[in-house]
Amino acid sequence: MPGTFIDVELDDSVRGDRELAAKLEEACPVDIYASGEGVEVVEENLDECVLCELCIKAAPPGKLRVRKLYDGTALEA
Amino acid sequence: MRFYEYESRRILAREGIPLSKHGFARSAEEAKRVAAEIEGPVVIKSQVLSGGRMKAGGVKFADTPEEAEAHAREILQLEIGGHMPRGVLVDARAAIKQEYYAGVIYDGVRKRPTFVFSDMGGIDIEEVADTNPERIGRGHFSTILPHMDFRAKDVIASIGITGSELNRLTPILSKLARLFLKYDMTLAEINPLAQLEDGTFVAVDAHMDLENEARPRQRELLEELGVGDEETREAREPTEFEIRGEQIDAVDHRGVAGNVTEFDGNLGLVIGAGGGSLTLFDAVRRHGGKPANYCEIGGNPSVSKAKNLTKLVLEKPGVDKIAVMMSIVSNTRVDIVARGVIKACLELGHDPAEKIAVFRIPGAWEEEGFKILEKYGVEYYDRSVSMHEAARRAVEKVGAASDGAGPSVDEHPPATVDAGTSGEGEAP
Ligand code: SF4
Repeated sequence: MPGTFIDVELDDSVRGDRELAAKLEEACPVDIYASGEGVEVVEENLDECVLCELCIKAAPPGKLRVRKLYDGTALEA
Repeated sequence: MRFYEYESRRILAREGIPLSKHGFARSAEEAKRVAAEIEGPVVIKSQVLSGGRMKAGGVKFADTPEEAEAHAREILQLEIGGHMPRGVLVDARAAIKQEYYAGVIYDGVRKRPTFVFSDMGGIDIEEVADTNPERIGRGHFSTILPHMDFRAKDVIASIGITGSELNRLTPILSKLARLFLKYDMTLAEINPLAQLEDGTFVAVDAHMDLENEARPRQRELLEELGVGDEETREAREPTEFEIRGEQIDAVDHRGVAGNVTEFDGNLGLVIGAGGGSLTLFDAVRRHGGKPANYCEIGGNPSVSKAKNLTKLVLEKPGVDKIAVMMSIVSNTRVDIVARGVIKACLELGHDPAEKIAVFRIPGAWEEEGFKILEKYGVEYYDRSVSMHEAARRAVEKVGAASDGAGPSVDEHPPATVDAGTSGEGEAP
């Protein structure tokens, strides 16, 4: 479920990528990603996103988008 | 942070200010022992932080140690202003020739400490200021330059005191000023400062307040006095609303959303930034508004912290609307606070456009913040609208919402309103 202001879209091809999950967990300053079987998104933290783009830089191009639900734009590589 | 009278006296003694013979007692038996040591008539005074001790029966006179014991027993059971006494002060009842007032307070307008001295001691200095203003001497002094005794002397002499009284009073007032600076006080007063029949002076009662922020610097003094870190020493116990505000601030280390103080108005405030809270609170009142609370938000709180503080304010009985306002000197992100306050409204089932009277936080990430506010139809202002003008508009809106319950702006015209200009020296 998206947050009120922010949503994260992840390409299905990288959902199970444990290495990426660890990278995202390490990169995000507000704990929006957790690593388990693959990449997990912590929904309750979505609205804490500070739009720092660190996750975008950590992910392969085109595989991750941070959507700003209030203006319809997104951060993406 | 307030000190009990017995602690204030210990601070005076530390700095060499003469005191009447006294002792602190936690039990009636101890009080009897102290009275016997004093060897004469005594006054038994309740040690509570609230005022009005005399009226409440917390001050009694005794001629013998047995009488002192009986009075102490009664006083130790007596609640005053919601506080039980910490103990009693047993003080020698001296033959007093004349009572004076000696005080040092911080003048927030001039940003300097000031001496206050009067030859009408033993009563509230505010009362003297109303009835006999010519009997009060005042004078500022520097917190940077070395302290000069002549400044204290000038103040005492300004109300016509001369000769040996002037010479004996000057070092007392001067020491009080040094003590004020040394211990980071916001108030240090001796009332009464008594002149005894033999011409000497002694402090008979003292009241001191320490700047809260200075507690870490004054650790040595506080340890000596036995003041624990957990003792807030406020004039009243925090309300349930204030305790919940403290918890919101404490559970999340990110930023500040604290210093929540309860008032009984209808306009909830989510305010802050670099002194902005005080300015905005005053501005709301100046425009005839009735704040429901005071708070300080800043230093980039998380969205959830801003949300939880806003929910606390919105849920307070009697709150019609909230005003979200800050000074530009804050580095707090506008978009993060906007998300927090809007989320609070939504989670409580309110329309943000309806509940948020005004949103005036200029600064970091404001374009992003304004997009969020626009989406939810919240009225917002950038830096071209001063804090005072934003406060005025908030008061106007809540006044209309409460159907005349709040005073209208027209009934309370402000002295000056910098409409359309910044009150903080910001570029428009
Ligand atoms: S943009 Fe920054 S805060 Fe937002 S999800 Fe990515 S890493 Fe986390």
